Amino acid sequence: MRVLHRPVRHGDRHRPSSARRQTHSPDFREERRQLPLPLPPSAIFFSGSVSLPVSFPDSNMAAPPSYLLPPSPPCARARRRGRDCRSKNCSFMCFCFSSGIMDTRQQSKIIYSWYGKPTNSDRKLRTLQYKGILIKSERSRKERCIQLGDFVLVEGENADQPFVAQLLDLYEDGAEQKHAVVQWFSHISEIPKNKQKLLKRRISSQEVFFDKVSGYDTDIAVETIIDSVLVIPLRLKDELPTRLKKEKIFCVKQSWDGKCFKALSPHTFSKLNEANRKEDGIPNSFNSFVPSDIISSAKKETKKAGSSATKTKNVEMEIESKHSASKSSLSKKRHSLRVANGIKNPTARKKLELNSPTRSPKSKLLEQEDIWALLDDDCDSQLLKPTAIKRKVKFTEVLSSPPKITCANDKLKSVFGTAEDQEVLSGTLRLSPYRKLEDSNEKVRSLNMEVDAIVLTGHKELGSQSPAVTPRSRRTCTQETSTRIAEQISLLNMLESKEEEDFLSSSDGSYSSSSEEEDSDVSCTPEKKTKPSRMFSTPKSSRKPSVHTPAKTPKKTPLPGTPRTPRNATPEIPRRSHAAQKPTSVLEEARLRLHVSAVPESLPCREEEFQDIYNFVESKLIDGTGGCMYISGVPGTGKTATVHEVIRCLQRATEDDDLPSFQFIEINGMKLTDPHQAYVQILELLTGQKVTATHAAVLLANLFCTPGPKRKTTVLVVDELDLLWTRKQNVMYNLFDWPTQKHSKLIILAIANTMDLPERIMMNRVSSRLGLTRMSFQPYTYKQLQQIISSRLNSVKAFEEDAIQLVSRKVAALSGDARRCLDICRRAAEICEFSSQKSTDEIVRMTHITQAIDEMFSSPYIQAIRNASLHEQIFFKAILAEFRRVGVEEATVQQVYRQHIALCRMEGMQSPTVSDILAICARLGACRLLLLESSSKYLHMRVRLNISQDDVMYALKDD
Amino acid sequence: MELRGEGSGGVGRAGKARRGRSREAGGQAARALLGIEREGRARARRRRLTASPQIESSAMNKRKLKESSGTDGECISQVQKMLRERLCHHRAMGKLFGIDQQYKHLLELLKQTTVCGESNSALIIGPRGSGKTALLNRVLKDLREMKQVKENLLEVHLNGLLQTNDKVALKEITRQLHLENVVGDKVFGSFAENLAFLLEALRKGNRTSSCPVLFVLDEFDLFVHHKNQTLLYNLFDISQSAQTPVTVIGLTCRQDILELLEKRVKSRFSHRRIYLMNSFAFKQYIRIFKEQLSLPAEFPDKAFAQKWNSNIQLLTEDKTVQDILQNLFHYSKDLRSLNFLLMLAVSNVTVRHPLITASDLQEASKQYRMDSKANIVHGLSVLEICLIIAMKHLNDVYEGEPFNFQMVYNEFQKFIQRKAHCMYNFEKPVVMKAFEHLLQLELVKPIERPSAYPNCPTDVKQWAASSLSWL
Repeated sequence: MRVLHRPVRHGDRHRPSSARRQTHSPDFREERRQLPLPLPPSAIFFSGSVSLPVSFPDSNMAAPPSYLLPPSPPCARARRRGRDCRSKNCSFMCFCFSSGIMDTRQQSKIIYSWYGKPTNSDRKLRTLQYKGILIKSERSRKERCIQLGDFVLVEGENADQPFVAQLLDLYEDGAEQKHAVVQWFSHISEIPKNKQKLLKRRISSQEVFFDKVSGYDTDIAVETIIDSVLVIPLRLKDELPTRLKKEKIFCVKQSWDGKCFKALSPHTFSKLNEANRKEDGIPNSFNSFVPSDIISSAKKETKKAGSSATKTKNVEMEIESKHSASKSSLSKKRHSLRVANGIKNPTARKKLELNSPTRSPKSKLLEQEDIWALLDDDCDSQLLKPTAIKRKVKFTEVLSSPPKITCANDKLKSVFGTAEDQEVLSGTLRLSPYRKLEDSNEKVRSLNMEVDAIVLTGHKELGSQSPAVTPRSRRTCTQETSTRIAEQISLLNMLESKEEEDFLSSSDGSYSSSSEEEDSDVSCTPEKKTKPSRMFSTPKSSRKPSVHTPAKTPKKTPLPGTPRTPRNATPEIPRRSHAAQKPTSVLEEARLRLHVSAVPESLPCREEEFQDIYNFVESKLIDGTGGCMYISGVPGTGKTATVHEVIRCLQRATEDDDLPSFQFIEINGMKLTDPHQAYVQILELLTGQKVTATHAAVLLANLFCTPGPKRKTTVLVVDELDLLWTRKQNVMYNLFDWPTQKHSKLIILAIANTMDLPERIMMNRVSSRLGLTRMSFQPYTYKQLQQIISSRLNSVKAFEEDAIQLVSRKVAALSGDARRCLDICRRAAEICEFSSQKSTDEIVRMTHITQAIDEMFSSPYIQAIRNASLHEQIFFKAILAEFRRVGVEEATVQQVYRQHIALCRMEGMQSPTVSDILAICARLGACRLLLLESSSKYLHMRVRLNISQDDVMYALKDD
Repeated sequence: MELRGEGSGGVGRAGKARRGRSREAGGQAARALLGIEREGRARARRRRLTASPQIESSAMNKRKLKESSGTDGECISQVQKMLRERLCHHRAMGKLFGIDQQYKHLLELLKQTTVCGESNSALIIGPRGSGKTALLNRVLKDLREMKQVKENLLEVHLNGLLQTNDKVALKEITRQLHLENVVGDKVFGSFAENLAFLLEALRKGNRTSSCPVLFVLDEFDLFVHHKNQTLLYNLFDISQSAQTPVTVIGLTCRQDILELLEKRVKSRFSHRRIYLMNSFAFKQYIRIFKEQLSLPAEFPDKAFAQKWNSNIQLLTEDKTVQDILQNLFHYSKDLRSLNFLLMLAVSNVTVRHPLITASDLQEASKQYRMDSKANIVHGLSVLEICLIIAMKHLNDVYEGEPFNFQMVYNEFQKFIQRKAHCMYNFEKPVVMKAFEHLLQLELVKPIERPSAYPNCPTDVKQWAASSLSWL
């Protein structure tokens, strides 16, 4: 299991493991698209394996962080792959898709392959259903098997927060994508803050809720499954046993349907319970049904058994088989029944739902789920590695829960067999709480995990090998413990004293079994049979480190974005020492209200646009689909404000349960240093990860393009879209491509200034993805501006009506920019305030407005010329004269100088020197009243006017 | 004057036709030239003479100081110190003249920011030397004296000449806001991180509780050229949204500054412009002159101060002084040039010469408005002057056409042959040397070589010529 509470590392180089894992799946996908499979899907009858490159073996967290390890040499990888191929020869079919892109530093893959044969297939849809999946990480070379009914952790968009779910169905579709259908569980952090209050109780971080919210996609890609976990159903009043608090176990007490919390219905409760019990009863059920699967290849099994198993194993085997046989014929029967059921069900479903093949109805699957009760909970993180003595000590420290009980429980179950019996048992064992039992079961399971994995792989690889042969270690363990079972039941009060010893013995047992396995590996050289056993016997050392960290770390980080590094430190402008002054007069009040930053209660004059955008987003939210909308309009027409208003309203609606909740993200092209930074920002806002741009792009693509992890719909506002333009336009392309993906649930509102931006700067492929949902904000008319001002002023009587109208008309005629309008009003209020220092009840009149407008819109040039010195003015005259003489609007300083001297003579003034003239020229050039060439040309520098000649003449005429 | 790049037989038929006339003209020119020369030397001598008494006097001054008239000397040195500070240190809160309106506007604006936490943006626009920075500094100084404001304002000063791109500017902002210690051990991340960091920091605040930040962007027009105007957009955007209150003040001399802003940036700018136009009349100019030179009432030696001030009063009424000032005023209205002129005059004040006189000002004005090229010509040797005259003739004859050395040399030879008695006939290499000296002094400028590619497109030619000048 992955370490969930890992601090975010500095720098982009050390990326979080999960992040990197996500990186590669699209590549894999792509590669798959490119490489046609050698065989048609129907030909895969046994197992197909998909290899995914992954940065960390999930279980390795406690080991020296694997990013510090040298990369696994490519040759080793090749060898491993080669082995896969060879294993293919020996009656298995493994398809390995390895991503072509390899991370340079370290690379490991997780291979997902089916466990067992397809239990059912649908020709038309070309789907194949399976009852379990094997997850094999290549680095640790450890395998886990997750079966239907198991509880699993599913990768979320945030690496630190995987989702909890229960596997309901596993199937492979026509495109050979592995899918899983799940029942979601919600963690408390996934429930909106305002709803959390409804619970009226404290929620432990381990509690999850049975998720009945309809909006989530239950069909996920198998590759998103991280690991299996344990989820225990609890009555509402029950407490999670304190012992379990540190464990990777979740409990479920209530269900959550998006609006309120309900206690688990007895049906679900029993079902969940049963799923758990199934896990406990794995050995039995496993034994009971597997043979029915693999009866056909009994020969191989015997052969294998003969060659590899030692005598002791055989003994065990016998014991075990007897054991299981004795357990209950009843359960066996039920299983076979269910198997039959399970075969029928999916086909029927598939036929019914031809139009939506990927989604399978939960209700039916729930039934199926009891059938495919979990064989094994593959908590590899808790795999006890008996070879590590240190670890053992630690482990016993951490779990004070007695393995004895488990064993006892196990035994009991194996004795009584049926579920009802267990309940009875729990009733009888009042001394040690029921939960404890569960817990200890878990422990034992973890002990046995390795063995189970072996069992399962054994099944996969050896195919027909009987389960009775392989589960040696567990059997030894059970055997040992079973010898003591009678005393244990009777001497429950002595449990504490014995638990350690027992624990040790059981672990020793598993150790011996693994060593046995090694023995067998060495002893039996025949290629075909030894290889698989070596494959699962080797990862012992690598699995070791996985034990302690996950056991100690809390499973979910309670706060997603808690800053741990100085990099995440939130900077803040220091607070002011004196409180800000409250507005003292009407005018000040008005000025504050008229500031652009003041958020008005409502946005007048944009009702239509508001409604359009609102409807668009709302419909997409309700449908759970994605889409784009392009919003254009000149600056200051309220585009961003309207969109924000829409978002606010939508958020309010979700609070009132009218809409499914969504995540709102905003990026602004102008606030990015580079278009590619958009990815980084989106990812950071979405998940809190900080990565480089290229990596973020991959992660986001993965996030939006894989069906999978349950996600809320994301509403992304892209402001100043035109700045995301790049030569290849890949940023824009991606942004608009994601919403078109089936599973993206991404709604994009793109805002830009120009209406024809899509046609002007976008390539066809980009603009076609943008779609035709467009909206343009017209500049405000004077009436609208008037309304905006009056609505902002509200009841404050600071402006004359006529004054407001004057501003509105003036601005509407010029630009229709509401910002300008408000600025003018503020300035006018200031002028008014300024001019009437004494009388306080002055209101803004036309004169003030005119003054403000003049200040803002007057051309500075004429004033500048009028205020220039005499020689500067003469120089202008000289320029005009020279232009008139030559007929070209350009002259050299020399020519102008001649004119200047002539003019000076006419005026009877002392004529300036050349240096003076050049200085004048430079001064006017600096103000940009003139345009000059570089001054190195001295007198031959060419001069041009930066204003029209008429303006100059007008400016010079008056004096 | 220009040179033709090639060809030696420059004197063509047309030249022959005019030879007689030109010869005569050359003679006159030479005579005139000698006259000029004589005059120039005389002037140089005079200058030397005027310079030497100063040295002497200052030496004597010291001696005197040691001996008896310590008080007088002290007064003089104090006057010098005081006036120099006033005239040179623009930062040292000189008085503001004729910009009361603007001062009030800016002060009110900044008060709003600091006291009420209102965000604002404004541009101070005015030609160079019009007192933009002085105005801002004065306002800031007055603001800092207000109790309410003192601890309530964070200032960030940026200069377009120093912060040449947004990355540097962001770092500087972070440094000046003392935010870099928040970043921790990491010295500083990428540009993108910086921007996100700063925006985050500013977004955190709100109007009522955060300390207002004043951004002063000197040479504002240079910020406009930054990529995408990211910095300006963000600063103006913050000033128009409910975040940390900021006030952005830009200082620029470009009148067309608003046209340089990108439309989104422009929309976010409040369009508040404060113009400094040197819009005073000559009367005010005289008053400024007087105030700049007058000693304040708190001058220790009251008697001297009174004497000095009355002298200044007399000066302002003096006709020559008024003429000098009028001349300067016509030439340039900015106060920096006036200060420079006064500076030159004030440095003439010694113990021997304790009061400024009109002639001091005249001398200063002469120095100040000296023509640089003419100055260089005054220092040339006879041969070089002759060459220049030759060039002048060629220029007249060929109507501004370029010429080459051979043509100049021929022209010079003609003059020598005619008036052999008064002029030593220099050898050609010597003349060549003199010619090169003129080139070095940039009195003569080589024109671009005639293109080796006659059919070169104009665009390409312009491109070749403009690669550096338009950077």
